[in-house]
Amino acid sequence: MSTTLKFECETGNYHTFCPISCVSWLYQKISDSFFLVIGTKTCGYFLQNALGVMIFAEPRYAMAELEEGDISAQLHDFDELQRLCLQIKQDRNPSVLVWIGTCTTEIIKMDLEGMAPKIEELIGIPVIVARANGLDYAFTQGEDTVLAAMAHRCPLPEEHQKQSLVLFGSLPNTVAQQLTRELENQGIKVSGWLPETRYEELPPLGPGVFVCGVHPFLSRTATTLMRRRKCQLIGAPFPIGPDGTRAWIEKICQVFNVQPQNLDEREVKIWDSLKQYLTLVKSKSVFFMGDNLLEISLARFLIRCGMIVYEIGIPYMDKRFQASELKLLEKTCHEMNVSMPRIVEKPDNYNQIQRIRALQPDLVITGLAHSNPLEARGITTKWSVEFTFAQIHGFSNARDILELVTRPLRRNNHLKDLGWSKLAT
Amino acid sequence: MKLAYWMYAGPAHIGTLRVASSFKNVHAIMHAPLGDDYFNVMRSMLERERDFTPVTASIVDRHVLARGSQEKVVENIMRKDQQENPDLILLTPTCTSSILQEDLQNFVERATSHTHSEILLADVNHYRVNEFQAADRTLEQIIAFYLEKQTKDEVPSATLRGTLGSSQQKAEVEKKTEQPSANILGIFTLGFHHQHDCREIYRILKDLGIRINSIIPEGSLVTNLKNITKAWFNIVPYREIGLMAAEYLQKQYNMPYIDRTPMGLVETASWIRQICTLVEGNQQEYEKYIDQQTRFVSQAAWFSRSIDCQNLTGKKALVFGDATHAAAMTKILVREMGINVCCAGTYCQQDGDWFREQVQGFCDQVLITEDHTQVGNMIAKIEPAAIFGTQMERHVGKRLDIPCGVISAPIHIQNFPLSYRPFLGYEGTNQIADLVYNSFTLGMEDHLLEIFGGHDVKTVITKNLSTDQDLIWNSSAQTELQKIPGFVRNRIKRNTEKFARSQKIQQITVEVMYAAKEAAEAAT
Repeated sequence: MSTTLKFECETGNYHTFCPISCVSWLYQKISDSFFLVIGTKTCGYFLQNALGVMIFAEPRYAMAELEEGDISAQLHDFDELQRLCLQIKQDRNPSVLVWIGTCTTEIIKMDLEGMAPKIEELIGIPVIVARANGLDYAFTQGEDTVLAAMAHRCPLPEEHQKQSLVLFGSLPNTVAQQLTRELENQGIKVSGWLPETRYEELPPLGPGVFVCGVHPFLSRTATTLMRRRKCQLIGAPFPIGPDGTRAWIEKICQVFNVQPQNLDEREVKIWDSLKQYLTLVKSKSVFFMGDNLLEISLARFLIRCGMIVYEIGIPYMDKRFQASELKLLEKTCHEMNVSMPRIVEKPDNYNQIQRIRALQPDLVITGLAHSNPLEARGITTKWSVEFTFAQIHGFSNARDILELVTRPLRRNNHLKDLGWSKLAT
Repeated sequence: MKLAYWMYAGPAHIGTLRVASSFKNVHAIMHAPLGDDYFNVMRSMLERERDFTPVTASIVDRHVLARGSQEKVVENIMRKDQQENPDLILLTPTCTSSILQEDLQNFVERATSHTHSEILLADVNHYRVNEFQAADRTLEQIIAFYLEKQTKDEVPSATLRGTLGSSQQKAEVEKKTEQPSANILGIFTLGFHHQHDCREIYRILKDLGIRINSIIPEGSLVTNLKNITKAWFNIVPYREIGLMAAEYLQKQYNMPYIDRTPMGLVETASWIRQICTLVEGNQQEYEKYIDQQTRFVSQAAWFSRSIDCQNLTGKKALVFGDATHAAAMTKILVREMGINVCCAGTYCQQDGDWFREQVQGFCDQVLITEDHTQVGNMIAKIEPAAIFGTQMERHVGKRLDIPCGVISAPIHIQNFPLSYRPFLGYEGTNQIADLVYNSFTLGMEDHLLEIFGGHDVKTVITKNLSTDQDLIWNSSAQTELQKIPGFVRNRIKRNTEKFARSQKIQQITVEVMYAAKEAAEAAT
């Protein structure tokens, strides 16, 4: 049984969502924003299909679709962008415009960062540039690029705002509220979130301000906050699962020199309420194919729940930003007396499927490209993207994670005697 | 640059991938950045595919950007060749690789010498063609590749052996099956009801004593493409995809084709008659078959005579979709059901002339556009009693409280039904009749609602397309509005507001409502 974490790196031939998908949750979170994705039909087609019904609800995002004239520089990109942005201003009047750079703008080297300040001045609306492209990033990292860019727009703290705490990471408002209250119960005031529900309410960030992340995929934002805004980063495990939430609160309390109150009881009570789910998952094995960077935290929680994790696939592993989380994972494995899972960065889906065939895990957490084919071969799957859209943070939402994880297992219990679990070879 | 929220036709590579993954044992490798393999999700989800989609990406990342793909693409091709042992690997360019301008053909040539599979570079330009055009071209390209390869392979070996003269050789290629037979070109993955349509065509051909030689590309092997020329003729059920291949086969191998779509009773009959001339069948027997099917097997002819359908006479409808389905649907509604199509439209701009010609005389106006807001505005303007369109029109219909039957891609998962739902052939006419009938408010219900003011008299519905909120309805006008049956209330509300705005009236009273009604009546 291995006692330390092993890290591997494969070919990077894996399936994930394009990082521009972050507009789908960010435009909803930042209610006075407008996201303009500057890319091709391919980007538009992806958004349209991945976001499904949201498209029809008059979303506050659009494509600036590049045509052949734009690629061959027959059209002047500055004039074109100015024209579209003016139109958006007229139709929607947002408080902020976020330009999402894509693979194409990278390749043709469109100087978005250079043009943004000029157009900002011309139209009188702040323009933020985030390069959320598939050349550099995977899925949730899109949010990271947007928040890192947005951090520059936060006001500087005034003297009395020093020693305040700002949390970063986009969460649905109710979940953000829950976490804020959780810390307030310990006597720690959260002075703001990056992002807030309105662009105009961005929190003050600067020297003396403590910052702490709530998502494992925000390493660029963390770096920006430390290096450019001179904030102090609190490196903690992420508040996913009751164990993670507790460790997260403890770490913040420690930084603010606060003795945490009632944390033990709170955690025990949550675990108690999860009993019915825990009996379902106990000793079951899990394989994470990896596509959204939540994998380490989720695996750590599931091991604490009594599951056995064979492999944690992950698109990108920032060992510094995730250091506390990795340490907690190691500790959890020791305490639960299970073997350390292998962590596979930039996985190769083809190889993973060979390993899945050999290991026959009880549950594979994977993208939609593989879930139906695996199910047809009698391998139970859970769609990984649901974890990014569900509410999974804090004490009260631990139930939601297990609701997701056990859903296929409960479905199996209903269908198990019917005799048609394998429908393909 | 174009501001776009939604598109009807996808990017070119989707078309290429749809063709490639429909063949058996063909693997597509996309030269694309991470995340561009979204096609796999669509196939696995929408089609509920049991098998892994045979599409992988040769990832374009920062390194590729800096140094070029170098060995990467070749290695990926060779690796896939070993892992899956496909007959053909199709290297698929994307919008990203189009602008990188790497010499993909060179990669193909280098890899070919090391692989067991054949390797082809899909010939599509991302910035010039859409999903349909790319699919059409890819299908032609693959067919031509295998037929030309066969000729090339046979010529030298036959000349060596000295057994075959060139005329004999030609005869070999042009040898036909003994029984009349046909190829169906253009049935493939993620197509709108393609599987069901294919079965329906098969059923009719069987009744007519015609064998299916091959169905392409769905489920067929590229290695069997050489047999394609043995069929007597080709059938291209959908205009968008398959025509290029059919034209190629006609030009090179003298194979006739039918590009009519057997959708609706009249068109299906013409389609069968056209087959009759191609196989030199007994005309009387064909006519007897058409008559039997029309009057007794299909229920649609009887439906159009029944008093139910009478209530649909003159009702207003709008049709929008791909060229094939929108044209056929327009003709069915007008010719076979007596419905008034106010506007027929398509997003297949490349086929606009054909579409105009097809629906000429069947509708009041023609709309050819890729802009969904233009379609939405048209619907809001003419307020038809029902819409027949794509998923986008369904959503516009929802907002305006107008029922919509989905007749064409783009589609959602609910348009991939498990049950048998063809749109073509005689069973197709039944399905379409049901769809049309269920889309309109049912006849008697319609009457009763009008007489008794409807069951839904709760509140004024505010879901409308206009963002104008400056008009005030006073309370008596609101009460009056609620007395109006639910299904016409929105229309009355909009008309009144339109009138009020034109008269610069701020507050709407009962008097204004009546004045608006009178103005509307005076206008018609």
